[in-house]
Amino acid sequence: MTSPQSASKSTSNDSIMLEIKNQLRVRTGENAVLGPDTNITRDLGLDSLAIMDFIFDLEDSFDISIPMERIAEVQTLSDLAKAIDILQKEAA
Amino acid sequence: MSGIFDKFAPLQEQHAALTAMGRSPADIEFEEILSPTEAILNGKRTVLMGTNNYLGLTFDEDAVDAAIDALKSEGTGTTGSRIANGSYDGHKALEKELAEFYGMRSAILFSTGYQANLGAIAALAGRDDYLLIDADSHASIYDACRLSDAQVIRFRHNDADNLDRKLKRLEGTSGSKIIVIESIYSMLGDMVPLKDFVEVKKKHGAYLLIDEAHSLGVLGDKGRGLCEHEGLEDDIDFITGTFSKSIGTVGGFLVSNLPGLDIVRFVSRPYMFTASPPPSVVASARKTLSRIAGATELRKKLWDNATQLYNGLKGAGFDLGPTLSPIVAIRLKDPEQAIALWNGLLDAGVYTNLALPPATPYGWYLLRSSISAAHTPEQIALAVDVCTKIGKELGFITLSNSKKAYAEDLQGNGHAQLNGASEASSSAAVEAEAVEPPATGGPAARV
Repeated sequence: MTSPQSASKSTSNDSIMLEIKNQLRVRTGENAVLGPDTNITRDLGLDSLAIMDFIFDLEDSFDISIPMERIAEVQTLSDLAKAIDILQKEAA
Repeated sequence: MSGIFDKFAPLQEQHAALTAMGRSPADIEFEEILSPTEAILNGKRTVLMGTNNYLGLTFDEDAVDAAIDALKSEGTGTTGSRIANGSYDGHKALEKELAEFYGMRSAILFSTGYQANLGAIAALAGRDDYLLIDADSHASIYDACRLSDAQVIRFRHNDADNLDRKLKRLEGTSGSKIIVIESIYSMLGDMVPLKDFVEVKKKHGAYLLIDEAHSLGVLGDKGRGLCEHEGLEDDIDFITGTFSKSIGTVGGFLVSNLPGLDIVRFVSRPYMFTASPPPSVVASARKTLSRIAGATELRKKLWDNATQLYNGLKGAGFDLGPTLSPIVAIRLKDPEQAIALWNGLLDAGVYTNLALPPATPYGWYLLRSSISAAHTPEQIALAVDVCTKIGKELGFITLSNSKKAYAEDLQGNGHAQLNGASEASSSAAVEAEAVEPPATGGPAARV
């Protein structure tokens, strides 16, 4: 697992997606098929608590806080990567 | 055309499955309430161990008489909100008494504890503000966030360091930062490490609101709750609470020492657009509140009882919540175990709460009980004996396994963080066969 605040604030979209996948594989196992259109709540077999924990880890990895209303808009890994990208730019 | 209730099919299936295994918690119907700790259920005398009636004052004669007098003199209800219909003397008097009880400047009465959180939090946090809430917050806090226009940021349960990082990220932003925590969390009975949160709040110039729902009357020499118990009342900006637990009736409140609190009455929709508490409820709340500061013996009895239940179940090999408190929750690995234990207890005449995910932290299946000062040692012993018998019959408790799991929980997978317990205290708890009886007014030993 990536240590907190290990990713820089100028992380590119590709590296954001890579970190998201790394964090997810800790929870889903190495063999999970993860792509931009993967639906986080529907396709991964993770319960709401596991997803919340996943978000907490991502927040520390990217040194951002994801407000609940932003999380509510996220469905796919691509949505999540975009939200993180926007929040990073807002924080910069 | 699909039916309007089709979307609830998974919930209906869960309810049906619970019923098929015995009963559903939603279908429990007491035919008669005999006392704060006993009722008739399905024709059987049943010990009540899941009612949050911490001081056992629901049948207090003075409170009942006060309610009857108010009913006769002022009627059955106020039939409207205080904004529209005006206040009764009792509303104002109770607010004054609450403020005096807490040593705060002012208090606002709400019709329920749920509405107190809903109305206070949604009013305090405006469009440019930030709400920082614990991940294990009560539904009333989550619902308040929906009602508020503020940005809502969650932090890990009882993790002041996580909150610290989130507040640091907000440095330089305008708007108030309002931290919302609970003194005792309702499912596991674990307590917030308040000192740590006060330090973080001060460091960042944030406001701190604490819900003392489960600690009013329970903690502190005068029963004011965790803030009094920890000697941190001067560092708290807002306290919310309920009359539906130790006070033995219904209603909620917000108290604060900050000047200008009264404006909340004009911006809080759950205050403005609902009927105010009826005179009988206000009268019994006033009478019982007046007893709380002096209820030292009841608090001692409550903690003695909690210790008996906690140690009895722990000694039998059950995996319990991390903190000794009047909420004692058995953590079980699967729903079948939890449902079987809950049904078995009911069959034997003991009522507890069955709590299932997603209402529970970390997806646990919980058999939750809440202890009362009114319980007798025999009632508690019955509950422990029945739990132990069923646990052994179903094969899900063994002393060695439970102790091992308990040690691993505390040291490794986050329960120590949940409770804010130190490694030293965690180790001590694992070594000990039983926790020490607590001092009056609070837990002397945390585990």
